[in-house]
Amino acid sequence: MNGERQEIIGIRGLSKTFTTQKGDQFLAVDNISLKIFKNSFTCIVGPSGCGKSTILRIAAGLEHASTGTVHYGASPVTKPCGEIGLVFQEYSLFPWMTVLDNVAAGPKFAKVDKKKRRHDAMDYLLMVNMETFKDAYPHELSGGMRQRVAIARALANEPDVLLMDEPFGALDAHTRILLQQELLRVWELTHKTIVLVTHSVDEAVFLADEILVMSCRPGQIRKKIQVDMERPRSRANPKFGALTDDILRELGNGMVKS
Amino acid sequence: MAILSNTENFWESFGSNFPKIDIKQYAVFLLIPVLAPVFLVFLWLILASRIDNQVILPGVWEVGTLLFHPTQDMIGMGSLAGNVLVSLVRVVMGYSIAAVVAVPLGVVMGYYGLVFRFFNGFLSLFRPIPPLAWVPLVMAWFGISSLATLIGVETGRSFIYLNNIKFAMLFIIFIGAFYPILTATIHGVRNVEVTLIDSARVLGATEGQIFRKILIPAAMPSIITGMRIGLGIAWMCLVSAEMLPGSLSGIGYMITHAFTLASTDIVIAGMISIGVVGGFMDMVFRRIELKKFSWRKQAVS
Repeated sequence: MNGERQEIIGIRGLSKTFTTQKGDQFLAVDNISLKIFKNSFTCIVGPSGCGKSTILRIAAGLEHASTGTVHYGASPVTKPCGEIGLVFQEYSLFPWMTVLDNVAAGPKFAKVDKKKRRHDAMDYLLMVNMETFKDAYPHELSGGMRQRVAIARALANEPDVLLMDEPFGALDAHTRILLQQELLRVWELTHKTIVLVTHSVDEAVFLADEILVMSCRPGQIRKKIQVDMERPRSRANPKFGALTDDILRELGNGMVKS
Repeated sequence: MAILSNTENFWESFGSNFPKIDIKQYAVFLLIPVLAPVFLVFLWLILASRIDNQVILPGVWEVGTLLFHPTQDMIGMGSLAGNVLVSLVRVVMGYSIAAVVAVPLGVVMGYYGLVFRFFNGFLSLFRPIPPLAWVPLVMAWFGISSLATLIGVETGRSFIYLNNIKFAMLFIIFIGAFYPILTATIHGVRNVEVTLIDSARVLGATEGQIFRKILIPAAMPSIITGMRIGLGIAWMCLVSAEMLPGSLSGIGYMITHAFTLASTDIVIAGMISIGVVGGFMDMVFRRIELKKFSWRKQAVS
């Protein structure tokens, strides 16, 4: 796999400054450079408020960088594009649409024929095991089910890269582990490139090929860690524990420093 | 008590195993909203017979007769139903114009801060002015011109119909309905979850699609509430406007004119009609609110 790694997203010298309501400048992301390779699974871990989500939002084209660039392949990302999808933490489903219409929303914006987009949406609902809920409304679903639908909706737009912003952050521990397994299955099935932001070290070690550990204020990447454990990974594996411990210590150092 | 135990026997005689408690509760449930009106009519009956003066308080039966013969002509003022209809057509027209202007304007004002800043100061100046305070100015502008003037019809049946739709009244209704709809729409759009707009963007929605497919449906519950309030105010404004001098038809005119003739029974029948029509319109909107937007309450739980 390391033989011919093709870069799909390149971030170079990315910084983002926000202006607070008082008018102070606040450096959220400081000079970050990283490469995301095709078909890889990357996790970005870091404490809350370290700019992880900001990086994703800029990569998705929802916000502009203060300095630096984000490239998808050879072209710079300045606005949302069909090739890059984004899954939010929660409340992202359109509450007035059924599950099926939610999943078919992207193709509908692109004016895909109704029959085809519904047919395709059904395939993605099957993939996340939500086909029996196609006529339900989001408020009738549990948090875990909603996130399954949110993932199906992002996939139905057929992006190459799937960015995920704390997708399981609002779920209970059990559902969370279940959905992590499902996500790996979907990833292996669809060969997407996934970048997932999380504050759970355990989640990152369970999922990722590569883990980027971030520090706070300003948001910087402290360390890049390759995870070479066979999947499915067991949390009982001593390697799993050792790696989790390393990353936690790394995060702890960052905290003390700030 | 006796009645209740009778119903129990009634159901038991069918040998059905209906849960009795449910029927009792259901009967009480249905009965409760009727109690106050029944009490009011009862009070009216007593007072009317005590006072015994048709001008101060006509009897329930006199008013009832008028209400149950709505198409009967009343001393040259047209029929009850006819006048209600004229008022309704006026409201529907003025109100529709208000909704067509206020909803898109509200969506744009709610979404774009600059547009909000541009219009808000200007609109806030006019907001506190009661719609009826516009009447003198509006009369000066429009006089007695009506749809008939606009189209150029001067005789015949269609003149009579079209001449009832006076611009002055449409304007008053417009002012009355405009602000509640505008305010509710702005509020609705501002409270749309940013995540929904971002999601649509990431899924490839254009700016136009975000307006039509995201902002409007997401703000629709609030818009409908504003439209409901606006319709109520429009109805009140119209009836008041019809009571002003120069008006020759409509339910408000009928009431004022009946008053000058000391026909208090017609006044009360007119008032009841206003209440019934207004209440019915409100009910329709509330139905829509409940049926179509049940997702609203549970959406953010």
